[in-house]
Amino acid sequence: MAIAATHSGTSVALPVISGAQLLPWAVFGGLLLVLMVYFVGAEQGATSLIQGREVHEFVHDARHLLGFPCH
Amino acid sequence: MIGILLARGMLIGILAGVFAFGVATLIGEPSVDRAIAFESAHGHDHPEGGRQDETVPHEHAAPEHAGPDVGHHHHHAAEAGDEEEELFSRATQGGWGLLTGLVVYGAAVGGLFALTYAYAQGRMGALGPRGLAATLAVLGFLAIVLVPGFKYPANPPAVGDPDTIRQRTALFFILLILSVAAMGGAVVCARRLAGRWGGWNAGLAGGALFLAVMVAAGFVLPTVDEVPVTFPAQLLWQFRLASWGIQAALWAALGLGFGGLCQAAQERDAQALRRGDRPALF
Repeated sequence: MAIAATHSGTSVALPVISGAQLLPWAVFGGLLLVLMVYFVGAEQGATSLIQGREVHEFVHDARHLLGFPCH
Repeated sequence: MIGILLARGMLIGILAGVFAFGVATLIGEPSVDRAIAFESAHGHDHPEGGRQDETVPHEHAAPEHAGPDVGHHHHHAAEAGDEEEELFSRATQGGWGLLTGLVVYGAAVGGLFALTYAYAQGRMGALGPRGLAATLAVLGFLAIVLVPGFKYPANPPAVGDPDTIRQRTALFFILLILSVAAMGGAVVCARRLAGRWGGWNAGLAGGALFLAVMVAAGFVLPTVDEVPVTFPAQLLWQFRLASWGIQAALWAALGLGFGGLCQAAQERDAQALRRGDRPALF
């Protein structure tokens, strides 16, 4: 793959971002983003952070159609 | 740099969610409505003791979950005879609720996609922004949607026993995490081998590794089969096809849109550099 890196026409090689630079973004951003997936996919199903059924019922169709176990 | 990529990914993810909403309205909602109609016609033959005509091998050890009042808050408009009334109308669930769910999911997946892209750029050989984003979107769709979905596919309303939601949710996320880890491992392996074996053979080796892990997981993890015997097979098939279609639309929009934005940004940066200006931000 790396061998053919020279003939890509106008495109400049993409800059490498070091793991250390990425780590804080991956940890904090990743956590928040996974929490968003959790609220759409699983909250008030098998586990509940918030009392009630409102979240589950509101995103009900999205949860089914995205393939998450709903109820 | 990372912040810009993240913002770009979430923005494209939101747009991909809106696009997926259009697709879901067109091909997904009809199946959901028909499944709910089935549920309203048959919903009351869910006895508390579970349905004997179905096989859930892993579930024999869990009769303690089947207490008299656990999980049977079945909640569709269908079951109006039940003690609980509906919180949201079907129009809300299939409209704003569906849109919200898909947009939030799209934004989250878009953000995670952007972070993955940030790590992968410059580490995946000669791929430019568009090629890299498209490749990652295909791999993401395979690892997050399609392959785990062969084992635990999407289920419409009326399919699935509320008493087993804990086990099913746990199994679903275990397989999802395993699948993402296996894909990550496969890509890293392929990258390591590429220097010695060449891109094609290294890619095949990575693919074989991913496949081997997922096939093994498919055999080890328990099968879930909670489809009521009278549930229409055609409807189940249409629902699952629609589910894959919606996810495919979301991932395609994400990969192509993100790649397009990154390509445009890169070209603007290159021009600015040639003119001696500072690179543009967005």
